[in-house]
Amino acid sequence: MRNDEKPAIVVGAGPAGLCAAIELKKAGAPVVLMDENAKPGGQLFKQIHKFFGSQEHKAGIRGFDIGKELLAESLRLGIDVRLKTEVVGIELGLKVWAVEDRTKSYTLDAGKLILATGATENALSFPGWTLPGVMTAGCAQTLINVHRVLPGKRILMVGSGNVGVIVAYQLMQAGAQVAAVIEALPRLGGYGVHTAKVRRAGVPFYCSTTIIRAEGAESVERAVIASIDAKFQPIPGTEQILDVDTICLAVGLTPSIELSCLAECKQIYIPELGGNMPAHDEYMRSSNQSVYVVGDIAGVEEASTAMEEGRLAGIHAAWAMGYMDDQTMKIKTDETRGRLQALRQGIFGQKRFAAKERILAMRKDA
Amino acid sequence: MSADKIPDSRIARHAVLGDLPVQKDVTIYFEGKPLKAREGEPIMAALVAAGVTVFRYTKKGSPRRMFCGIGRCTDCVMTVDGVPGVRTCVTEVRQGMRVERQQGVGSWSVQAEAGHAQ
Ligand SMILES: Cc1cc2nc3c(=O)[nH]c(=O)nc-3n(C[C@H](O)[C@H](O)[C@H](O)COP(=O)(O)OP(=O)(O)OC[C@H]3O[C@@H](n4cnc5c(N)ncnc54)[C@H](O)[C@@H]3O)c2cc1C
Ligand code: FES
Repeated sequence: MRNDEKPAIVVGAGPAGLCAAIELKKAGAPVVLMDENAKPGGQLFKQIHKFFGSQEHKAGIRGFDIGKELLAESLRLGIDVRLKTEVVGIELGLKVWAVEDRTKSYTLDAGKLILATGATENALSFPGWTLPGVMTAGCAQTLINVHRVLPGKRILMVGSGNVGVIVAYQLMQAGAQVAAVIEALPRLGGYGVHTAKVRRAGVPFYCSTTIIRAEGAESVERAVIASIDAKFQPIPGTEQILDVDTICLAVGLTPSIELSCLAECKQIYIPELGGNMPAHDEYMRSSNQSVYVVGDIAGVEEASTAMEEGRLAGIHAAWAMGYMDDQTMKIKTDETRGRLQALRQGIFGQKRFAAKERILAMRKDA
Repeated sequence: MSADKIPDSRIARHAVLGDLPVQKDVTIYFEGKPLKAREGEPIMAALVAAGVTVFRYTKKGSPRRMFCGIGRCTDCVMTVDGVPGVRTCVTEVRQGMRVERQQGVGSWSVQAEAGHAQ
C-alpha cells in the first residue's frame, strides 16, 4: 500500500462483501472489511442445505462450507476485517463513520466504497403479529442453525417460497414440528426438491390461505388461518385453528439500502428483486461512481450470485485504484460475468436475469 | 457443559451440523438472576435457550421478543449494563453482563450515563 492512500472500504462481510474484499486484496489493493456481527459470513452460515447449479458454482456444497472456505481465504490473504463494527453513516467525499463494539466511534476515508449490506425480511401485519413467537423465517433459521437453539416446538410457516420451505425443513431437522405451510397464492412457490421433502414428512400445505390472527396472552398459543378468494379476501366459515407456539413469516426480502441512500446513490424500483434498490451498471457501480453495490442490496437473489457480484466490484475497484492492468481486468470481468449468467438460468433464474438486464438498461439510458 | 445437562431448547444433536460443539460457559444476569450462556453467542440465543419469552414491554405494556434475529428491526432491544435500546440479537454475551427487560424506551443508569458502562 502506498503511503497516505485511502483504502477501499467494504461494508458487510456476507458472501458478496467477502468476495469483493478477496478480489481487492488479491490484486494488492488496500482494503478494510467491516461488519457489525461478531463473526463474518452474513447469511451464509445459516444455509445448511446444498446449493444448486454447476460444479463451478459449488453446487452440492452447503452454504456454511462455502462460508468456511471464504473465511479461510480472507484469513490467508490477511484482509483487515473489522468485526463488531457497525457503519452508521457516510459523509460525502466518502468518509465512513463506524461504531466499534458499541463504545468507540471513528471515521475513515474511503478511496472506493463497496456496499454489501444484504437484505431485510418483510413483515406481514395481522392482529397479534407483534406477539412474542411471531418472527421471520430467517430469524428462526439463524437461531437453529447458527446459535443452535429452538425458538419453539410447533411452528406455522407463512409462505411457501424457497425460504419458507427450506426453513420449514431445517426446523424439522432441528427437532421442531411444523403444523402447516400456508400460501396466499393458488400455487406453491418454492424449489420442487425442498417442497417435496417437507411434504414427504407429512406437513400439510394449504394454498389460497392466509393467517387471520395470532392469539395468546404473552406469547403465541395458537394461529387462526382461513381460505381466501381470488381477491385475497378471507372466506367466512373456512377458519381453522392451529395449536402452535411459533409463527414464521417467509414473505419476501427487501434490499437494505439505507447506506446507499446516504451515499446519494440513485434508487430504482424493481419488484421482482425486492423493491427499491440502488441502480447499478455492469461493474456493479452505483450512480455515485466511487460507490459499488453488490449482493442482496443490489436486488435480492442468492448467495452464489452475491459472490459473483462481489467479485465483479472487487475486480473493477482494484483496477480503478491502479492495482490491475486493463487486460487482466477485462479477462477477470468476462469470466465472472459468464459465471453470473450461468447462475441466472432455469425458471427461477430467468426472471432474475430479465430484471437485472432491465437495471443495466436503465443505467445506460440515464 | 456435558451432554446430559443440555436443556431441551438447545439443539444438542443435528444430522447435518453434528453435535453441539463444546463451548465455555459464561454467566449473565437476567433480571438479576444468574443464567448460563455459551461464550460467543448473542444475548438473544442465551435467553431463548433459557425459555425467556418476553424481552421487553412497549410503552403501552404490550410484550415483545425478537423478530428478525439479525439486527435489522430493533424488536429485541433490552437494557444491557444500564444502557437501554441494545439489540440483543447482535450483541454478544459477556461474563457478568446485566440484562434487563426494558419498559418503553427504557432509561439510562447513572453509571451508563457517566460513560462507565461497557
Ligand atoms: C435471514 C435470511 C435468510 C436467508 N436464507 C437463505 C437461504 O436459506 N437460501 C438462500 O439461497 N438465500 C437465503 N437468503 C438470501 C441471502 O440474502 C443470500 O443468499 C446472501 O446471503 C446474500 O449475500 P450478501 O452478502 O448480499 O448479504 P448478507 O449475507 O446478508 O450479508 C450482509 C452483511 O452486512 C452486514 N451489515 C449490514 N449493514 C451493516 C452496517 N451498516 N454496518 C456493518 N455491517 C452491516 C450484515 O450484518 C451482514 O453480515 C437469506 C437471507 C436472509 C436475510
Ligand atoms: S430481532 Fe430484529 S434487531 Fe434484533
